[in-house]
Amino acid sequence: MTSAPLDKGLPLKRSRLSHTATYWLVFGAVLALLVAAPLVLPVFWSGFLTEILIWGLLAMSSDLLIGYTGIVSFGHSAFFGLGMYGAAAALLLVSPPNLWLAIVFGLVGAAGAALCVAYFSTRIRDIYFAIATLIFAQIFYVIIFTWTSVTGGENGLIFDQPHFAIPFIVNVPFHTATMHWFVLAVVTASYLTLRRITQSPFGMVLQSIRENEARTRAIGYPVERYKIVSVMISGLFAGLAGALYAIQKEFAAPDFVYFLTSGETVIYNLIGGVGTLVGPIVGAGFFQLLRQFMAQWFGDQFPYLIPLGLVFIAMIIFLPQGLLGFARRWLNK
Amino acid sequence: MSSATEGAEPLVSVEDVHTYYGKSHILHGVSLAVGVGEVVGLLGRNGVGKSTTLKTIMGLVQPRSGAVLFAGKRVTGLPPHKLARMGIGYVPEDRRIFRLLTVSENLRTGLDRHGVTEERRKILLDKVFTYFPVLAERRGQAGGTLSGGEQQMLAIARAMMLEPRVILLDEPTEGLMPRMVAQIRTIIDVLHSERISILLVEQNVPLTLEASQRVYILEKGCVRHHCAASAIDVNDPLIKQYLGV
Amino acid sequence: MASIGQFLHSIPVDLLIIQTINGIVTGMILALVASGLTLIFGIMDVVNFAHGELFMLGAYMGVVAFAMTGNFWLALALAALIIGIFGAALQIVTLRPLIGRSPLNTILATFGISLVLQNYALWQFGPVARKMAEPISAEFTLFYLQYPWYRIVIALLSGAIISALWLFLKFNRYGVWIRATTQDRVMAQAMGIPVPLVYTGVFGLGAAMAAVSGVLFAPFGGVDSSMGLQWVLEAFIVVVVGGMGNLGGSIVAAIFISLLEAYAAVWLDPSQAVIASFVVLILTLLFRPTGLFAAPK
Repeated sequence: MTSAPLDKGLPLKRSRLSHTATYWLVFGAVLALLVAAPLVLPVFWSGFLTEILIWGLLAMSSDLLIGYTGIVSFGHSAFFGLGMYGAAAALLLVSPPNLWLAIVFGLVGAAGAALCVAYFSTRIRDIYFAIATLIFAQIFYVIIFTWTSVTGGENGLIFDQPHFAIPFIVNVPFHTATMHWFVLAVVTASYLTLRRITQSPFGMVLQSIRENEARTRAIGYPVERYKIVSVMISGLFAGLAGALYAIQKEFAAPDFVYFLTSGETVIYNLIGGVGTLVGPIVGAGFFQLLRQFMAQWFGDQFPYLIPLGLVFIAMIIFLPQGLLGFARRWLNK
Repeated sequence: MSSATEGAEPLVSVEDVHTYYGKSHILHGVSLAVGVGEVVGLLGRNGVGKSTTLKTIMGLVQPRSGAVLFAGKRVTGLPPHKLARMGIGYVPEDRRIFRLLTVSENLRTGLDRHGVTEERRKILLDKVFTYFPVLAERRGQAGGTLSGGEQQMLAIARAMMLEPRVILLDEPTEGLMPRMVAQIRTIIDVLHSERISILLVEQNVPLTLEASQRVYILEKGCVRHHCAASAIDVNDPLIKQYLGV
Repeated sequence: MASIGQFLHSIPVDLLIIQTINGIVTGMILALVASGLTLIFGIMDVVNFAHGELFMLGAYMGVVAFAMTGNFWLALALAALIIGIFGAALQIVTLRPLIGRSPLNTILATFGISLVLQNYALWQFGPVARKMAEPISAEFTLFYLQYPWYRIVIALLSGAIISALWLFLKFNRYGVWIRATTQDRVMAQAMGIPVPLVYTGVFGLGAAMAAVSGVLFAPFGGVDSSMGLQWVLEAFIVVVVGGMGNLGGSIVAAIFISLLEAYAAVWLDPSQAVIASFVVLILTLLFRPTGLFAAPK
């Protein structure tokens, strides 16, 4: 396994260099566009783009499992929701509200949920894993929904947005553009981290589990442990997305812990293209934009999930690779 | 070459078939023919594509190119259940008994076709129960509880329920006791006497040479040799070359 | 000791008996839903996420047909027929092209179907739950309650349908086809069984059974577009606890799970009582992934 990069490295050196260069060029261009966006876009659309980035982060976290480890989680709403309620706890309990504390609390909440799910669900495979994650998410949903004294139950929690604060340097309230940049910075850092993880030896083992679990085990890798770690990592990034969402929207609601959030996360992945990391972000954007346009054209009550669900089914049948599937190899080089 | 077949026109013919499993190329242009009422042996080492040839004829794997003809009609691409109804019986290598179905129910899967009258059912069942009395004794027992030899008999009997014109018989004597092997040998002769064609894949060379009229020898997915079964014997250099260890 | 005595004394026996009857009644409906689900899984490895939606649409069909015909039993038959045909069509359009692909593809496709159907129902029938009158209004006295005979009839009817299904699978030609295909689809084809048709038929049969359960449940639960998810989750639990693809196991598990939830509801809020069955599922997956009630293979 360790000798593989060497074998390929030498003859491919030139094309590799140019691939790296183009990759970073494209990356820089897209990033520049996203940075410039709030300067150009109206406030509503700028906020909308921020939201897409957050959903993209959630989708990307789930892609680590679907696209790399080869297991489908229907429980990402739990990680997202716990991140959200964790951040809410920090923002409500600590005064003045602190941005970093909110994120840390969100991560801790998600880590707790992820540990539970990872420990129990990774012992079982395929559809059983999917069902188990779904059931876990429902458990968290029922707890949050019914524990009204702590979680606010059906109504959720409302709180104030923290300031953007780095001790002794800045302490300013967020506005639409700075919130966008902050989220963009977090999502970009997360993308680069996840990309690094998928390309590391650890990531290679995950992909080998996806390709052939039995063989990976036979070679001597502790498959369950790798799966647990991948679910944990995935859960942490999903929790990060939840915390960001709470910070941007200034509320936490049980709806986001509901199964539909998990389902939509899986849809983002399949529409965008699993195993690409950026595909799911594109999928989230595509989904949210379509939903937004349909709401504008046909009214708020329009059942957007009917056409989007049909698109989703058609894509599974005719385009299982997703929108960015054609670029999978290029993106993962 | 086809002059060796008994009838004017072969019942089954395979023409230049190339079959793949995913990316691996298994059959590299296999051609063979089975005449009406003829027993044809297919010999070769493990992994040369004998079973794949049978599966290709049965429509269980689709060839990438080439054709399978049955009774003069091109049947490539037809689903297996249509081929079964047209009169191709299949007895797979691992027998594939419906383990949780009783012996009677296993046989029934081949009888529940259009146009099988009560009388006909009875005749067909009586016939296999005469040849394989043990199946009659165990008719209410789950298929999975039978011994290996009994399962092999059930697999053959089950294929016979389709009133096939040809039976594709994949390693019927594999792992059986000599007494059972003799019984299988007998049933092949019985089927032959009823003018049911057989394409027989076997590791047991003496049995194949005895039971068949013609043999094909396969190597690496190609037919290397083809002759009348009486033209070679077990000690033939050809056998050593293609089948010896 | 005293505290145990107090605890035992505090158990409301009358309530437990009522909950036992309630548990068996819902258990029988759940068994009907779950047997369709497990039949579909057993034969084509499809975990049908949309099964709850077929239950829900069946219930709506029942409400609509009842409003039109005024006859509950006719409405029941119509709903089963329409949803059965609909299910078969759904299988042909969405699942048949996925045959041979990974089971995860089919679970995702059925998940998409479930989203579409659920939102269609919400759009078509609105968010307010529909009520349906019980076809049998007689009641009997159970402690301090007037217990509707209808619920007892439901349990018996569900039992009768499940028995009919069992007889069909055991003796009918198509039942034998279904069992043979479940065990070995390749060999079933080689024996002349039209396997793609069997798949479609089983999916239609499962859909019809879900619809029947939906209509039977409608008079005492009300019908709304979100009821499907709750039922499919319970049915998943039942199917896993009973052993995937194992019909007998599913029926036992359905009653077991429903009783458990009914008893849990004595002490907990009914919305929290489902956690009891979630826990059973997780324990099953951990310690007996082949199912608690699975017959040895």
